[in-house]
Amino acid sequence: MSTQLSHNELAPKQPIKKPKLKSRVRRNLTGYFFIGPFVIGFLSFTIIPIIASLYFSFTKYDLFSSPEWIGLDNFQKMFSDDPRYLHSLKITFIYVFGGVPLRLGFALLVAMLLNTASRAVGLYRTMYYLPSLIGGSVAVAIMWRNIFGDDGIINIALMGLGADAVRWFGNPTAALWMLIFLSIWQFGSSMLIFLAGLKSIPKTYYEAASVDGANFWQKFVKITVPMLSPVILFNAIMQTIAAFMTFVPAFIISKGTGGPLDGTLLYSLYLFKQGFEYFNMGYASAMAWIMLIIIAILTSVIFASSRFWVHYESEGGR
Amino acid sequence: MGKSKVRYILYHVLVGGFAILLLYPVIWLLMSSFKVSNEIFITAESLIPMPFTFENYPQGWKGFGGYSFGVFIKNTVIFVAFMLIGHLISCSLIAFGFARLKFIGRGFWFAIMIATLMLPYEVVMIPQYIIFAKLEWLNSLKPLVVPAFFGHPFFIFLLVQFIRTIPRELDEAATIDGCSTFGIYRRIILPLITPALATTAIFTFYWTWDNLLGPVLYLNSPEKYTVSMALNMFLSNETVSNWGAMFAMSIVTLIPVFVIFFIFQRYVVEGISTSGLKG
Repeated sequence: MSTQLSHNELAPKQPIKKPKLKSRVRRNLTGYFFIGPFVIGFLSFTIIPIIASLYFSFTKYDLFSSPEWIGLDNFQKMFSDDPRYLHSLKITFIYVFGGVPLRLGFALLVAMLLNTASRAVGLYRTMYYLPSLIGGSVAVAIMWRNIFGDDGIINIALMGLGADAVRWFGNPTAALWMLIFLSIWQFGSSMLIFLAGLKSIPKTYYEAASVDGANFWQKFVKITVPMLSPVILFNAIMQTIAAFMTFVPAFIISKGTGGPLDGTLLYSLYLFKQGFEYFNMGYASAMAWIMLIIIAILTSVIFASSRFWVHYESEGGR
Repeated sequence: MGKSKVRYILYHVLVGGFAILLLYPVIWLLMSSFKVSNEIFITAESLIPMPFTFENYPQGWKGFGGYSFGVFIKNTVIFVAFMLIGHLISCSLIAFGFARLKFIGRGFWFAIMIATLMLPYEVVMIPQYIIFAKLEWLNSLKPLVVPAFFGHPFFIFLLVQFIRTIPRELDEAATIDGCSTFGIYRRIILPLITPALATTAIFTFYWTWDNLLGPVLYLNSPEKYTVSMALNMFLSNETVSNWGAMFAMSIVTLIPVFVIFFIFQRYVVEGISTSGLKG
């Protein structure tokens, strides 16, 4: 402090040449002091495991003996010699593309219904959000398992409506839909995001459209959807990734088996079983890499498609 | 007048009725936990427990393997506490660094952080397991909580966004007053980002409380089980007449989630609407 003061007194006209370099070093050190935990954590818990995982995916490894290099065999086996893998991939796609659009559709519909000035909206918002709040828990998966049981309330409701009871655990397709219904049931968090998006659309747009004689559907297609499209894009990407990695409900509802007849053997569950039940660590690592590639492709396809339907305002929006 | 009144009633019947329909399974679970175990599915169509019994709660609380449910709750609370300390300290430090300091490689590391947001856990799951096995950390909380002290990309991002809304003039004024960089973090930024820290804490609680995959991988003796693991064990040991106890303990594990939500509702709703945190 005092040296800096005297320096300034001596040469007030040409300040900070030397201190600049020093302060730059210092500034960098300070920066890395703060983000240091992230850098260390990233190197040790992310990048090293990623490299290790890539290596394991080319090996046969059971955790107890050392990994044995087998080249592309794991990947070859997946797509030509493991019908369970292809089945698991197929039902995961059904789960993702059946669940996510329905979930987002519901979320948007309910958000539009709740985007009014009614005083009860706060209560409704909470009620619709609750399933999403508790949806990831084991308790809810247990509940879901039981309401879809042979004597569960879903079958009671179905019979009350005059339909036939469904043996949800006796039929792989029904069991998969039970999982999809659970995913749709949790539309609440997307609904909150849509609701925030809807609130940010200026009311004047709708008023102007009404003056021009636009009906509800025209307003929806020409104002709501374009204005909300960045939020829809964000939701679609996040929900697709999350759905692809779904584990807990499949694990609990099938009691860890993926049954009946592998009907609920979602990708993550099969990967878990390969790794920690059959101890095929190499194979499971290879599966994880294919998962990463699929998620990357899905994300970029959604992104690429966005230029045809996502509308960014010069200001506002997201 | 008449027409708008009809619309009003119709709206509330539709929206309210659908909300109740959605929550019906949870209400059913709650009411069934007060039914005699072997009657739950015989009287599944009725919500009212006849006779009303509280028996399932002490029954379930006994737990298994000689460990009561209290032990599992205690374990989970410890787990949550470590995760909270880890996330709050590390994420706020890291976020401050990204949002306020200029240093070489900031853009690079920020991009890396965003990229890890998208990385499926499955990719690192197996090597991490092997690393933790080599460190002899298996069957302890360490593999689950130590990474929390190195930040979590979701919360770092959330906090960065929040810090960016705080005027830089505050930092500058503090610097002129002789405040160090750490002082600015500690005295200026930290007090101002409490809403975002609250959101971080709440979601850390939810994710930790619900975490099943982590405990399934790393905890294998019953005295260390978390509540989600314990419920999973209940299910595996499920006997014909044990539903009541299992439902009762399911309700017990949901109570803290509801309580936290109703106390901090504003932070939860804001956290989701502004950053898309998955609840």
